[in-house]
Amino acid sequence: MCLAIPGQVVEMSDPGHHLARVDIGGMRRQVNVMLVDPEGLEIGDWVLVHVGFALNKVDEEEAHETLRLLREMGEAYDRDLAELAASAVRDEVAA
Amino acid sequence: MKYIDEYRDPDLVRALAERIRDLRYDKPLKIMEICGGHTHAIYQHGLHQLLPDNIELVHGPGCPVCVIPIGRLDDALSMARAPDVIFTTFGDMMRVPGSKGSLLNARADGADIRFVYSPSDALKIARENPDQRVVFFAIGFETTAPSTAVTLLQAQQEGVSNFFMFCNHVLVIPALKALLAAPDLQLDGFLGPGHVSAIIGMQPYEFIARDHGKSVVLSGFEPVDVLQSVYLIVKQKTEGRSAVENQYSRAIKYEGNLTALKLMDQTMEVRPFFEWRGLGSIPESALKLRSDFSQFDAELRFDVPGLKVEDPKICQCGEVLRGALKPHQCRAFATACTPEAPIGTCMVSSEGACAAYYKYGRTLLTDTMKKWAQ
Repeated sequence: MCLAIPGQVVEMSDPGHHLARVDIGGMRRQVNVMLVDPEGLEIGDWVLVHVGFALNKVDEEEAHETLRLLREMGEAYDRDLAELAASAVRDEVAA
Repeated sequence: MKYIDEYRDPDLVRALAERIRDLRYDKPLKIMEICGGHTHAIYQHGLHQLLPDNIELVHGPGCPVCVIPIGRLDDALSMARAPDVIFTTFGDMMRVPGSKGSLLNARADGADIRFVYSPSDALKIARENPDQRVVFFAIGFETTAPSTAVTLLQAQQEGVSNFFMFCNHVLVIPALKALLAAPDLQLDGFLGPGHVSAIIGMQPYEFIARDHGKSVVLSGFEPVDVLQSVYLIVKQKTEGRSAVENQYSRAIKYEGNLTALKLMDQTMEVRPFFEWRGLGSIPESALKLRSDFSQFDAELRFDVPGLKVEDPKICQCGEVLRGALKPHQCRAFATACTPEAPIGTCMVSSEGACAAYYKYGRTLLTDTMKKWAQ
């Protein structure tokens, strides 16, 4: 119930009633966009849809930033491991 | 699907699980996920099995269906059984047992009960059936209350006189205050509810870090979101600090959604008290319609019992909702109480912790590891 699913605005279908047509995972539905500043909403924008209402716009820059930081974290970790493996100095206890 | 698939990337999930281990935090750590949506994500993806043994996830009260007490359900049933009524509800409420059966039972007995996806669908039914009284069973935390607000304003604007709201919206912060006041509470941090926070913002949580010394990370709902949030909490603990952080910045702004908050305030006000299943009566923890909207207020327009009804003796939803008991430790779990024949709300709702355990609880560690292997 508290779940909200990302959907993409495909048409401002009835601005007078704050309605937009939103593609949610291939399904299209009229969504009330009154809560997300309908004036500033554009076709192609992503919104979080909950019980037929857009709760918020998905901030694309923030979404990319989160993933970028995470990937960097993953890469740094992989690099660490690679460097460790490649290191000439081994700190192993002889068997 | 965009904004979902990227946050299920197995490479990122594995990297995060390793990173959490790398922090080498070795004291016991209890983290409560407040929201039932998180509980389901954790069990569906086996995320709890990717964590070190000393990190325990405890399930919280954030399931809107679960916290509705039997008395309120009995009120709903009496509205649904009144003459010339079409009673509308989210599907999740249909199977919740009241003291004399569920809405599903009442429908079988001939009451006109329809499940809707949105409060605006209920308003549409009211417009199309001017000779019937159409009631909407409004439940949910701050995520859902704004949709009730917009629907009320629409009904008022259009002068739809046969539309009524049975308002049961609850507030997350008073529930957390009640949990934090419990003397036996042993929690180190919270995964904050992402979609409630998209509405209320970050500021309302600050007292938890400041006054109670517990970490709060507002979290999205995909595996990468949840693990990154756990990572941030463990990192805070290794650094010996407690703060409110926002992992779900693609959806949550510091100030929340000001339009939604304004519309909620315009249409609804805080009740002095509200009875929660499992948590008891909590002051200022729920909303009711403002007097300007009394013509739409089902509680005023219908004669309802309005009684407090105790849970069945065998049911331990209360302890589950407080995080005091894991679902499988309940004496009725998967024996007397199943999703097909539920006794308590936690087994009914798709967000209930018991439903999550029942559905995914038997997932083996090997299956989880396979899922995230490549």
